[in-house]
Amino acid sequence: MATALFRTAPAVRAALRASSMKPGVAALASTSFVRGKATLPDLSYDYGALEPYISGKIMELHHKGHHQTYVNGLNSALETIEEAKAKGDEIQAAATAPLLNFHGGGHKNHTLFWENLAPNNKGGGGEPEGALKSAIEKDFGSFQNLQKQINTALAGIQGSGWAWLVKDKAAGTLQVITKANQDPVIGNQIPLLGIDAWEHAYYLQYQNRKAEYFNAIWNVINWGTVAKRLEKA
Amino acid sequence: MAAKTYSLPPLPYAYDALEPSISKQIMELHHTKHHQTYITNLNKALEVSAKAQSEGKLQDAAAQLSAIRFNGGGHINHSLFWEGLAPSSSPDSKLDAAPKLTGAIKDTWGSFDKFKEVFGTALLGIQGSGWGWLVKEAVTGQLRIVTLANQEAVVVGDTPLFGVDMWEHAYYLQYLNGKAAYVENIWKVINWKTAEARYAGSRDDAFKVLKANM
Repeated sequence: MATALFRTAPAVRAALRASSMKPGVAALASTSFVRGKATLPDLSYDYGALEPYISGKIMELHHKGHHQTYVNGLNSALETIEEAKAKGDEIQAAATAPLLNFHGGGHKNHTLFWENLAPNNKGGGGEPEGALKSAIEKDFGSFQNLQKQINTALAGIQGSGWAWLVKDKAAGTLQVITKANQDPVIGNQIPLLGIDAWEHAYYLQYQNRKAEYFNAIWNVINWGTVAKRLEKA
Repeated sequence: MAAKTYSLPPLPYAYDALEPSISKQIMELHHTKHHQTYITNLNKALEVSAKAQSEGKLQDAAAQLSAIRFNGGGHINHSLFWEGLAPSSSPDSKLDAAPKLTGAIKDTWGSFDKFKEVFGTALLGIQGSGWGWLVKEAVTGQLRIVTLANQEAVVVGDTPLFGVDMWEHAYYLQYLNGKAAYVENIWKVINWKTAEARYAGSRDDAFKVLKANM
């Protein structure tokens, strides 16, 4: 039993370790939640699958290192808030809000990011089709204009952050926005496509030449995922 | 009115002089590429802003403020950073080089180790890109640890004594996602002689490298 468990994905192992610290909690492992705890989602492609556009080493560190840290930080922030709530300590709960936003946002952003990427043989690259294509052409004139606008937005981020294509539910239009650090996309804006502009997302391969990363990533965008998100938005 | 332009200050040591704390490749990219890009974009923004002002177009001058603040901050921060580091073999990187400052640090935090711990926690708590600084406060003259986001700079009143760059480009090629090790190792290459001089000197003195490279 133990041997079998330890052959499972690192995320599941971490979750099992975390839950095993609480006596009486069954080691019920799903890929997304263990008794309310966030866990690292599996990638639907190999770490090397997005090469040569994003190196396998970047993907592995980004997923197993950085994303896992956000997952851990989120669980720890939630735990602190639960404890504060139990003690009636509102100030402690409020003081944890920035950590919740940062790590919760980091977990959500990366989860969306992995899903809106794909290798060429699994639907990555190419151009949007159908209703998504029409919506883009209506709001940006052309797919090329959208690409230009997103690349300009990415290049203009001062520090760490993300650029997103979103559907604004109030306005009914598609928009390009940027978010600082790990701030999640919230409110009327529904995230359709996210691109990570943190240096850890490209530095090992592109160093200071971030414009090359912003150009390359279009080769691995999963437009099928983006189209599905628009359908549900 | 033509804007003054800034230029890249030379490093006071070789690119590989801070090894093994900071690799040669990081130092070279950080100085010749990242720092240079802040200067290039600062000069561009200052020029556009000066031209707009000379034409009475305040709206166009104001539009450059964000770029001036970001790239100007980047130039200031990196200039202070390079001078605030020294090879671990140099006597400048020893605490003995800063008797007054280390005395004040002990008075403030109780011990140097406690200061290191508090400063390190502040650095590792930065969410996103940014810097941590030890500053001398303007009015009280007291020591304080501050963290600033992105390229915000210590420019309002306080005197920056030394700073640590927590942008990922400052450590990623060597330390990857292990930034705690970078923070631990940077203590070996802090230039205490520079920090002591900034602590004893005037605020303007701390920034003199900027004027020297125009």
